[in-house]
Amino acid sequence: MNMEKYRINQNEGLEFGLYTLGDHLPNPLTGERISAEQRINEMVEAAKLAEQAGIHFFSVGESHQEYFTTQAHTVVLAAIAQATEKIKIGSSSTIISTSDPVRVYEDFATIDLLSNGRAEIIAGRASRVGLFELLGYDLRNYEELFEEKFELLLQINENEVVNWNGEFRAPLRNAKVLPRPKDGSLPIWRAVGGTPASAIKAGIQGVPMALAMLGGPVSHFKLSIDAYRESLIQAGRDPLDFPVATTGFFYTAETTQQALREYYPHINEGMKYTNGRGFAKQLFAQGADKRSVMLVGSPAEIIEKILYQHEQFGHQRYMAQLEFGGVPFDKVMKNIEIIGNEILPAIKKYTAKK
Amino acid sequence: MKIVGLSGSIVGSKTRTAMNDVAMEIADKYPEVDFRLIDLADFNIQFSDGRNYLDYDGDTAYVTKELMDADAIIIGTPIFQASIPATLKNIFDLLPEKAFQDKVVSIVVTAGSSKHFLIPEQQLKPILSYMKAQVVQSYVFIEEKDFYRREIINDDVSFRIERLVEDTVVLTETYSNIRKAKEEEYGF
Repeated sequence: MNMEKYRINQNEGLEFGLYTLGDHLPNPLTGERISAEQRINEMVEAAKLAEQAGIHFFSVGESHQEYFTTQAHTVVLAAIAQATEKIKIGSSSTIISTSDPVRVYEDFATIDLLSNGRAEIIAGRASRVGLFELLGYDLRNYEELFEEKFELLLQINENEVVNWNGEFRAPLRNAKVLPRPKDGSLPIWRAVGGTPASAIKAGIQGVPMALAMLGGPVSHFKLSIDAYRESLIQAGRDPLDFPVATTGFFYTAETTQQALREYYPHINEGMKYTNGRGFAKQLFAQGADKRSVMLVGSPAEIIEKILYQHEQFGHQRYMAQLEFGGVPFDKVMKNIEIIGNEILPAIKKYTAKK
Repeated sequence: MKIVGLSGSIVGSKTRTAMNDVAMEIADKYPEVDFRLIDLADFNIQFSDGRNYLDYDGDTAYVTKELMDADAIIIGTPIFQASIPATLKNIFDLLPEKAFQDKVVSIVVTAGSSKHFLIPEQQLKPILSYMKAQVVQSYVFIEEKDFYRREIINDDVSFRIERLVEDTVVLTETYSNIRKAKEEEYGF
């Protein structure tokens, strides 16, 4: 078992991360929206608090449409790199399809050097596609842009000198992509949506997988993780070398009922703004069940669910999305505090090697 | 309550004529309903390319948003080549998978032949069910002989339109009340 390349030490047990898509939405309870300036500064603040709480990872996503504020997510990550010392930092995700992989690599390698080797990339292909027009790409190439550029990104990571030919970027001839990251390479993950088909692609490619889980039963997502590991084996690789991360909605309060009540308006209204449809209350209510992936509940219930998921998935990192849809910062702070004081010690106790 | 009438074809006048009657019936009996009629003939809608409906612009953005914001939708459609017109199917393709969740959808059909009677049953309703609509089971089926120029001349059809509008409004209210009561039970 060797996940060192991806900076995962399994003896430490399941890693816990926080991620933001960088959404910039009104708080549905007050109807008010904080400024973009306050929003991104609060992200940096949240990363500092996460580090103090012992959280392992903090990541920021790239989105270019209205109601988002981290279009320049690498700049926000650089600020976080400066404000923190230990916590691993990354993207969630970087839209590699509409960027030049050379520039993306230069940015993240630089963040890695600024952060003493803590930077990671999770590369995705965008669920909303307004950025194709904004940045001058043709939506018809949605699939191929991602595959080609992601492959190039991986090549740059593996080789200091790159020779490359492709359809969507000028060729590279003995190109040196600099600077190089602190430990020679960066952990680069493939962002995967809800279907096994997408997970299989990550397995064939031989890259770590970050699996998005908005809602639904644990058993559904286990299919994708099993398919991923099976395709790794078929491609001649050892699944024990490749970490899996899962992501999902997270919110904790004293009781599960209180957590549901406090978080639901943010998810429902936030989804309306960002996806055009709310989140059905019936589905959200089912989210409290142990068999559902959503981690909304009392600390004790969340611990039980994380451990159940760990038993089912055998994953290496869980990434929580707790500040979606204008959750006020005092609630974010409270959540981070509970994660640090109650949830992390329990996860460590049950998942770390003794 | 917001109801959108969707006239699903860009050619011919019969579906629009029937939908005008639907509009008049609503204005007459339910003036409190916020009703608007969208006739696809008046809009320039692009083909679906799979993106989220919020990412379209112009007429496509307007029409999809109106439909998504509606509590109920009354679809008017002709039958072409023993099926629904491509223009109407394109509207469905533009919308998210569960676009009609918590919406009541009812159907008015115009057809050149009585042989087409089961086409909405077998081709349109499965799409609406897949997209999670609460479908008003009876639809109004109108044939060529029921029209004289731009008017419906069969009183039976007029009565059926009255009943369809009533069923649509009553079901929308009913489902909305049931949902509200159920959601209050969740306690969050």
